[in-house]
Amino acid sequence: MTKPLEHIRNFAIIAHIDHGKSTLADRLIQSCGGLEAREMTEQVLDNMDIERERGITIKAQTVRLAYTAKDGIEYQFNLMDTPGHVDFAYEVSRSLASCEGSLLVVDSTQGVEAQTLANVYQALDNNHEIITVVNKIDLPAADVEAAKKEVEDVIGLDTSRAVAVSGKTGVNIPALLEAIVTDLPAPKGNPDAPTKALLVDSWYDSYLGVVILVRVIDGYLKKGQKIRFMATGATRDIDRVGMFTPKKVVLNELGPGEMGFITAAIKDISDTRVGDTITDERHQCAAPLAGFKPSVPMVFCSLFPADSSEFEKLRESIGKLKLNDASLHYEAESSQALGMGFRCGFLGLLHMEIIQERLDREFDLDLIPTAPSVVYELKLTNGDNLTIYNPVDMPEPQRIAEIHEPWIKATILTPDEYLGGLLQLCQERRGTQVELTYVGNRAMLVYMLPLNEVVFDFYDRLKSISRGYASFDYAIDHYQEGDLVKMEILVNQEPVDALAMIVHRSQAERRGRQLCERLKDLIPRQMFKIAIQAAIGGKIVAREDLSAMRKDVTAKCYGGDISRKRKLLDKQKKGKLKMRQYGNVDIPQSAFIAALRMGDEK
Amino acid sequence: MSVIQTHPESSFGLYIHWPFCLSKCPYCDFNSHVHDRVDHDAWREALVREINHYAAMTPGRVLSSIFFGGGTPSLMHPETVAAAIDEAQKRWNFSNDIEITLEANPTSVEADKFTAFRRAGVNRVSLGIQSLREKDLEFLGRKHNVGEARRAIEIAGATFDRFSFDLIYARPQQTVAAWKEELEEALTLSGGHISLYQLTIEPGTAFFAQHARGDFMIPNDMAAGDLYEATQDILGAAGMPAYEISNHAKPGEESRHNMTYWRYGDYVGVGPGAHGRLTLDGQKKATRAHRAPEIWLNDVTAKGHGAHPFEDVTPDQRMTEALMMGLRLSEGIPLSRLEHESGRHRDTFFDAKKIKALSDEGYLTLSDTHIAATASGRQRLNALLSYLVG
Repeated sequence: MTKPLEHIRNFAIIAHIDHGKSTLADRLIQSCGGLEAREMTEQVLDNMDIERERGITIKAQTVRLAYTAKDGIEYQFNLMDTPGHVDFAYEVSRSLASCEGSLLVVDSTQGVEAQTLANVYQALDNNHEIITVVNKIDLPAADVEAAKKEVEDVIGLDTSRAVAVSGKTGVNIPALLEAIVTDLPAPKGNPDAPTKALLVDSWYDSYLGVVILVRVIDGYLKKGQKIRFMATGATRDIDRVGMFTPKKVVLNELGPGEMGFITAAIKDISDTRVGDTITDERHQCAAPLAGFKPSVPMVFCSLFPADSSEFEKLRESIGKLKLNDASLHYEAESSQALGMGFRCGFLGLLHMEIIQERLDREFDLDLIPTAPSVVYELKLTNGDNLTIYNPVDMPEPQRIAEIHEPWIKATILTPDEYLGGLLQLCQERRGTQVELTYVGNRAMLVYMLPLNEVVFDFYDRLKSISRGYASFDYAIDHYQEGDLVKMEILVNQEPVDALAMIVHRSQAERRGRQLCERLKDLIPRQMFKIAIQAAIGGKIVAREDLSAMRKDVTAKCYGGDISRKRKLLDKQKKGKLKMRQYGNVDIPQSAFIAALRMGDEK
Repeated sequence: MSVIQTHPESSFGLYIHWPFCLSKCPYCDFNSHVHDRVDHDAWREALVREINHYAAMTPGRVLSSIFFGGGTPSLMHPETVAAAIDEAQKRWNFSNDIEITLEANPTSVEADKFTAFRRAGVNRVSLGIQSLREKDLEFLGRKHNVGEARRAIEIAGATFDRFSFDLIYARPQQTVAAWKEELEEALTLSGGHISLYQLTIEPGTAFFAQHARGDFMIPNDMAAGDLYEATQDILGAAGMPAYEISNHAKPGEESRHNMTYWRYGDYVGVGPGAHGRLTLDGQKKATRAHRAPEIWLNDVTAKGHGAHPFEDVTPDQRMTEALMMGLRLSEGIPLSRLEHESGRHRDTFFDAKKIKALSDEGYLTLSDTHIAATASGRQRLNALLSYLVG
């Protein structure tokens, strides 16, 4: 039996990282008896280790709760936990599209942060009713009124019906549950219309195959039903219909307004695109839901195994991650300096970091990532367009008419004592100020910034300038022409492919000099002198010379030393496999690895 | 009688290792041991037996040199030295101008034995002077003082046809000026030969641990380069240019025994830990004796030798070894020697690109007949070899 629409409430929880979203979700689940106390692990909705440790949700999750309200009616709550980060903005928007309301969680000791804003705007875009939940009121530093005032001032939401709770102690959770019934709208839908459901998210389960998270709009989803995925055109028979409590529970059907999961013997997650519309193959709905678009990788970097014999292991491991992450793109790449690896595309910086961390942690791979870069759109002099994912692929300058780069709209919230430093940072990174407003003793900065200035170390610099107090969020805004050049690092006149980068002309000299100086320190002195240069086109913009070593000879070598010295030479010969030849000199791969690992700062 | 297939130019040497010292020097990584008591009779017997063992394998060869090394061979009884030399003379032919060298420490006790060593047949000594500065002798853990060093040199000069001595430089804090002064002083004492070694820190020595702990620092490659170049200048001006990386001699005064190593000739190694290279029926063998004195002694007593099984040295390895040793010499290497060792034609030896790079940089010369490292090439020989052979 499915619930009548008016007894269903679908809502998402949105919050800045660390504002207590997952703890609050745990408390709601427990209060409605979804899990016994002994079954509660902290943050039950965050499955992956990384999600739990870093307090971020990567995959959307839903939990169905049964709540008996003061009016005596048992309501069905579908709680949606969304990936809050902008890298997953499209996934977030699909998650929000499956709900009618949101709980906006604000930490009563911190107030509004950059990510809170981005999420609220998305919720408003989806016409959500929003309940402001001021959390962590058990803490001594809690200031409920200040937090509410910030929500009113910065976001413009009415907070007169805000609920102040502690997810940790459970204070006021009953009031929040009641508010969900009274303040959030019931879903709309037509039980008699052809099946129409939103594909919210999907993941690979080694027992069930691909599990699809759905929100039914009209009609029903039942076991055995033949369904069609409208964007991909694929058809499948439903094996299983169910819900999460958060345990998986098999149901007969999902009705209008309800959320749950289906499985349909699907092996490959890329067949199930987030945002797709699912309908009945025999009674198709007239039109799909609006807004389907495939996710597009924005940030690219190459990953090489530090130990070249681990290339196959890397291939397998990325393949396994891809099973559960359709937005991860990769293809094999061969570098003269670093050997075989993969060029990978990510939704954003956090996504990139998560993938690298998972490869390291779950697959025990020691990786060398190259500097991240963005996607450039080129207009060539012959009129062709070209998209560049890797600086190595950049054509000769004389073939390029225009280079367009992605710009972001960045929102930064910071205590005002750090404002000066952050303004300077944004200026240095070619930013244009859009807005500067004050909220109490904090400033909200909105800047347009080229993404390529942000991907490198912007976030680290922001954190260090503000001692960790500033929050930052961004959304891709537009492409714009830029005075960009490909800078190459030459060792003895030969380019080191892994160190090539696309930079703004104004930054090229500084970055080039920095890299050359760093390499000079990292490359051991050799028999021949080594020229380390940074070049744009044919023009050298920075140069460092590493002089030849003065003396390197064994003082004593007599009859008793021959075997040992010869074996040493043979060993060096093998060691050369880890070296790359540039002109007359063999440079240990480790020098380039160290250069890449040092980031932008000395 | 087996066919002798060594290179026609090559000499043939006998190395005899005496593994005992009164004390272990902190820089030394040679096979040396400090024992309270040494059974000199048993050791004499064993050395003679092992000489015999090798002589049986190399009948008819003409011995051009004998070298007593260590350890501290000046601690040997002169009778032991005499017995070894006599046995060698009985079993091989001696060349007319055979060179018989003994390494000696310059303590007064040892210097007083020089005449006895000469009577035993030694005609050259190599003295471990190491320094002419008291505080540096102390740092280097030497048991003699500067006065004893000077006296030992004097006695050696009066007793033997030829003598040489060693100095160690690039000591901690040593300035170029101070080294020049010490070196000029040493040259006034020198006969026709002097060995000048840069101090290096070898694993397994007392210095290795102290250096790792940061007790002292040795000059980096720039400072070491300054000291090395100053050394070359002074010795060159004194008519004793380097004929090998660390060895200087007036013309004709080179160590013939060591030249055998560098010219990649055959040599027999007798005594614990001694290595040898022997061409037997056209096959080059690497020989190596057990390092531990007691085990070696027991082995020789039981079976007449203390050697591990011989290892074949392949043609490629012979090529590498001949290059590695020969490029240490200012005379370089005749290409005919490399052809003999590798069995390959000279056109196939080197990568022309590498030879060009090394020649352009002034590190190497290659003529129709010879390959040689230049002075600046020899100064960077490790890197040069690694580049050329790799």
